[in-house]
Amino acid sequence: MAERPGLGFSSRESGVETALRQNEQPTRSNRPPQKQAGWWSRHQKRIIPYIFITPNLLVFAVFMFIPLLFAFYVSFHQWSLIGTSQFNGFSNYSEMVHDHQFWQSLRNTVVYTIGTVPTSMVLGLAVALLLNRKLPARGLLRSIYFMPVVISGVVVALVGEWLFNDNYGIVDEVLGRFGVGTIHWLSSSTWAMPTLIIMTLWIRVGFCMVIYLAGLQSISSMYYDAAKVDGATVWGQFRHVTWPLLKPTTFLILIINVIFSFKVFDIVYVMTGGGPGFSTTVLVQYIYEQAFQNSDLGYACAMGVVVYLLILIFTVVQWRISRQGESTY
Amino acid sequence: MNMTGAKRFSKASGASRASDTIRWIVAAIGALVMLFPLYWMFATALKSKGEVFSRQIHLWPTQWEWSNFSKAWNSMPFTHWYINSFAIAIIAVIITVFINLLAGYTFAKYKFWGRDIIFFAMLSTLMIPIQAIIVPEFLIISKLGWVDSYWGVVFPRAAEAFGIFMVRQFMMSIPDDLIEAARLDGASEFTIFRKIILPLSKPAIAVLVIFTFMWRWNDFEWPIVALQSQHAYTVPLGLNLMQGPYGTNWPYLMAMALVSIIPILIIFVLFQRYFVQGIASTGLK
Repeated sequence: MAERPGLGFSSRESGVETALRQNEQPTRSNRPPQKQAGWWSRHQKRIIPYIFITPNLLVFAVFMFIPLLFAFYVSFHQWSLIGTSQFNGFSNYSEMVHDHQFWQSLRNTVVYTIGTVPTSMVLGLAVALLLNRKLPARGLLRSIYFMPVVISGVVVALVGEWLFNDNYGIVDEVLGRFGVGTIHWLSSSTWAMPTLIIMTLWIRVGFCMVIYLAGLQSISSMYYDAAKVDGATVWGQFRHVTWPLLKPTTFLILIINVIFSFKVFDIVYVMTGGGPGFSTTVLVQYIYEQAFQNSDLGYACAMGVVVYLLILIFTVVQWRISRQGESTY
Repeated sequence: MNMTGAKRFSKASGASRASDTIRWIVAAIGALVMLFPLYWMFATALKSKGEVFSRQIHLWPTQWEWSNFSKAWNSMPFTHWYINSFAIAIIAVIITVFINLLAGYTFAKYKFWGRDIIFFAMLSTLMIPIQAIIVPEFLIISKLGWVDSYWGVVFPRAAEAFGIFMVRQFMMSIPDDLIEAARLDGASEFTIFRKIILPLSKPAIAVLVIFTFMWRWNDFEWPIVALQSQHAYTVPLGLNLMQGPYGTNWPYLMAMALVSIIPILIIFVLFQRYFVQGIASTGLK
């Protein structure tokens, strides 16, 4: 992730340099060397890094690493919201094996991920390709595609609920004009998930577009000129120049998108509440409900641990695949 | 369409001008689709309840009910929720920016024992799913007595792998000579950070400030766990509460949803450059 030339701050060099010039005077002039060449001034350069990272490390430790370990611990207990706990070995895990709703919510999460990730990437790339050319009002168009990215999941869900409302929704109204019968978007278990995916695309396409645009801009026009000299078609240029050179970008967007989709909660919880039935319940919601409505914290933690292990495996496999790709490429 | 070497020098041939027009039309239609939900929020917010709940759908409100905004605002403790949201976002911005700048700078400019391992461990937190830690995190903040308090919302999300990574990338472009020169002048390490590094880091600070504000402003899943009583709610939790089990007042709800995105939209319009930089340089939103 560290070496991605061209994707960083393109203007940072000049920015830093101009700021440098403004700052040279004040820092150099005053301050004679401090007298007390004591223990502290001799050692501060070695100790200070640890002091500087301590606040951050502390927060990470208390709210990330310890909770992760704690989750393992709690998962082996019968643990309730009021704080009573009793060791119960692997029974939370064996309960999970037989819990249809757990498998259903895992499946829903995967379906949601598969429904959102490739679609938003393809659309994002398409828009990026369209808006990478010199077109009138290109900047404005880019802003419009990008703007939904800043909107909260709750608002996205509420707007979606209204647009796709069974009785008064404009989507059904428009489709009706084209002769499509009323679709019960949010109250049918067939259509609820696609509706969630559509609303997610609204905020995800612009996000993919921005990263793809940065990737496209880092491709030198030299390659295209060479391809054109060789008589490559537009498709040929895409296939043999753009796509291979965008591979690192695509990989990055894929990973981030999967992470985003896999931990979805707000859009689903607000828009469908997981229903109808359990047709759209996702993992975060099921865990949330088991913990805070069912007061079964041990079971909730056991599911969290399993999700963590799944993500770990996914990441390692992804990483392996991407490294293999590099060596054969 | 076969582009030959000679052809590419002739400016925009007829065929490519036509295809550019088609491209533009496709892009513009897409943009209208992207804008429509926002417009529909606006149009609904201004309609009367009677107009919204009729089978006849108008694209444009027949009667502009501006009073929807004040009525909706007063129908729920929105003033309270906005104070909470702003307070949480601002406290989070101050703490998050400060500690992530310090850490990012340290990883970029100091060599110390364990640096790479600690950096890797911090980045690995990106992989920890919210599913796994949300319950133990709640147990920890309730032990600390932080349920329903600003701290319980702010602290667990204060350290950000994204922020550290971004700051580190940025700080690496600051020349070491400058820091060395200040050291020779006898400046203490903290003075160097405050007097030299901070003024040079304005673009990175801007990105951090904007993203932290946006995340805290929009966050739902952590506040709904950490804030149990309604008076402690933030705006997104309050909006969710407006959906009644016996039917929702959509004009009111859309009015309040619209108001809730105005702060972030203003920031977006003013600082769009930083949003793009932040996402493009690290790939995180």
